[in-house]
Amino acid sequence: MNKLARRAKRRAFELAFRSAGFVSLAFAGGTLILLVVGVLGLGLSAFWRYEVELSVTLDAETLSLADDPTEAELLAADYRGAIREALNERFPEVRETKNLRALQALISPGAEFMLAGRAAKDPGLIGEMVRVRAPVSDDAEMYLKGRIRRSDPPDRRTLTDQQLDWVDAWRADGDVRVAFNGDFLANGDSSYPELAGVAAGVLGSLIAVGLAILIAAPLGVATAVLLEEFAPKNRLTDFLEVNINNLAAVPSIVFGLLGLAAFVVFFGMPRSAPLVGGIVLSLMTLPTIIISSRAALRALPQSLKEGALALGASRLEAVVNPMLPAAAPGIITGVIIGFAQALGETAPLLLIGMVSFVATPPTSVLDPSSALPVLVYLWAESPEIAFVEKTAGAVIVLLSLLLLLNAAAAYARRRFDPYQH
Amino acid sequence: MNGAILVLGLAALSALIAGVRALARRRLASAGGELEMLSDRRGTRFAGRYAGFAALIAALGAGAVVSAVSAGALQPLVAALLAASFAGGWALFSIGPGVDLRRRYEVLVISVLGFIAGIAVLTTLGIFATLIFETLQFFQKSSALDFFFGTEWSPQTAIRKDQVASEGAFGVAPLIAGTLLVSLIAMAVAGPVGVMSAVFINTYANARARTVMKLTLELLAGVPTVVYGFFALLFVGPFVRDGAAAIGALFGAEIDAPAQNALAAGLVTGVMIIPFVSSLSEDVMSAIPRTLPEGAAALGATKAETVLKVVLPAAAPGLIGAFLLAVSRAVGETMIVVMAASRSANLTFDPLERVTTITVQIVALLTGDQEFTSAKTLAAFALGLTLFLITLALNVIALLSVKRFRIRYE
Repeated sequence: MNKLARRAKRRAFELAFRSAGFVSLAFAGGTLILLVVGVLGLGLSAFWRYEVELSVTLDAETLSLADDPTEAELLAADYRGAIREALNERFPEVRETKNLRALQALISPGAEFMLAGRAAKDPGLIGEMVRVRAPVSDDAEMYLKGRIRRSDPPDRRTLTDQQLDWVDAWRADGDVRVAFNGDFLANGDSSYPELAGVAAGVLGSLIAVGLAILIAAPLGVATAVLLEEFAPKNRLTDFLEVNINNLAAVPSIVFGLLGLAAFVVFFGMPRSAPLVGGIVLSLMTLPTIIISSRAALRALPQSLKEGALALGASRLEAVVNPMLPAAAPGIITGVIIGFAQALGETAPLLLIGMVSFVATPPTSVLDPSSALPVLVYLWAESPEIAFVEKTAGAVIVLLSLLLLLNAAAAYARRRFDPYQH
Repeated sequence: MNGAILVLGLAALSALIAGVRALARRRLASAGGELEMLSDRRGTRFAGRYAGFAALIAALGAGAVVSAVSAGALQPLVAALLAASFAGGWALFSIGPGVDLRRRYEVLVISVLGFIAGIAVLTTLGIFATLIFETLQFFQKSSALDFFFGTEWSPQTAIRKDQVASEGAFGVAPLIAGTLLVSLIAMAVAGPVGVMSAVFINTYANARARTVMKLTLELLAGVPTVVYGFFALLFVGPFVRDGAAAIGALFGAEIDAPAQNALAAGLVTGVMIIPFVSSLSEDVMSAIPRTLPEGAAALGATKAETVLKVVLPAAAPGLIGAFLLAVSRAVGETMIVVMAASRSANLTFDPLERVTTITVQIVALLTGDQEFTSAKTLAAFALGLTLFLITLALNVIALLSVKRFRIRYE
């Protein structure tokens, strides 16, 4: 082979190799973009909802209320009936009970709760006509958002032609409003997709993960200090190190098994409680914090420690004063990364029972609770088509929290560095 | 009631510790000890710290031990108070002029650090003991031979006692096959993509591109696995099914793959571990002495030739370690396969089939209400032990491999 041909071949190979590297990175980046775009495309609409304006007459008879009702009676009155009357007035041609029921199925039970809340606050409303913006049911909402189409085969969509006509009639009359879906951020879980929210999951997650960090951060930093500064080089130390490295690589689900058998069954801690979740997550974050704190301590200039020792500090004093503050940016970054890992962790929480249906946010570490990533899993497995949007919405909330944490880590790295500002 | 006791007891305890601290200082001063100076190791400052800390850890230790045995707040508090007085008294007794109090105080602190470090070991031992214990119980109900060598997995046992149901078959082979298949597919994606990404970042990228690329990989690494699972369930599974059908149609064959196929689960797991492989490989590559690639370049090798013939062979042991760690990640991955793979066991290596994995079955067996002593529940622990041992073996080999690599170049 002559020289020129060989050179051309080598160049071509170089180009191909380089392109292969670039394509690999592009594949990784492209997947990330695809994932984010897909989730945003599906889930952003979870943050708004459709409401129908209804004029509901709060007639005492329809509500089956006695005179001078108590607050409990007001809350438990038959608002469903009142809404049915209002719907019947709006579409007087609907007569049969079956059709009326189909019509009412377009309005979310959330409307009844709204009416109940308003009447309980102001009993003077009884007997009056009130305007209410009733959230529509999940199926009607999916139609308004374009996820269910009239062109879909009728046996595969959950709404009948007649129901679609009613929704169209509302829309034509300008009764349909778009509103910010505050309930999605403020409500707990619900079996009605249009009423389901992430609040209970977010709170449960924050309690469990906060607890995990409260346990793991001091223990992790203490272990790192011991291993890096005080432990003698012997078999015991080696064993400890191997243990920590292995612990970092144990699959998360095994921690769930430990939590179930040791804490729930053996120590009798309550199932589904953020307490157990927090302990299990703390064991998982421990290696992360240990490893990053050690790296931060090791990266310090030797002169820092030697200077302190030369001034008469003991080794412990040298660690406590110049070394730990100087290593703080690295340690805090490690803690925040551990926080983020624990926040996204799902599998161990499934095993210790943080999968239960939780409608009210937990108020203590012993209350049954869910967690945000578990909510994502539960909703993703739900058959209702509206939950697809909610799942993606919950993923958006989860990813935003994680982004926020990472931004905090980046800030902490600069803010807590005593030698760089 | 308990709350009041707790508050009172804790107040008494703090008063006791404060008293011990004050007494220690006074005792040293009256015994003619040195004046408090900047950081005098025999001074009163350390007298207080030493005695106070001794009382504190004695109280914490005794309180923890007693509260583990008895319910209620009273007994642990009494034990804590007693222990604190004893330890404080003993420390007071040993204080005197000329004693290196700082040393004594620090020995205490460092022992506490050592005790805390032991928690990592305790956790590992706890995991191991739990898994072994429950697994042994499982093997009393069901044969160990059938578990390891059986080829059928259908853990259906009788729900009511009077029901005549099959015992349930607990053969782990289909689960191991499924786990292997998914991990293999994942590594087929993550291996080449991860290493080539690392090569590009290490060899070709300039500083700015490197920052962007590393950030991208870090973001990919930060995505929770349940999000990947959702992605697999919603996009990749149906995409693989439709893609397979389309390709089948091209060749005139009818391919009817389920949306929950092994390929989708494996692909997404692979994407999940790309950042893991690339960051480990990049670490390994940058640990090689620069003289090696520079020597190759000086001899006229192109960058591609340098990487393929010098850098990668030199990095091989480290890369193998990185791969094994990645495999252990894939084997232990739970949420992606729970959402994207199937729950029905299937002994097959067809990537377009439904398969199940060890982790999926652990979740399937342990979610929902069940009796804790049933064979079904215990089987989950036997699976957990299997998983733990597989990942442990992979990790140990990987760490040894990386260690050997480091020794060679450091």
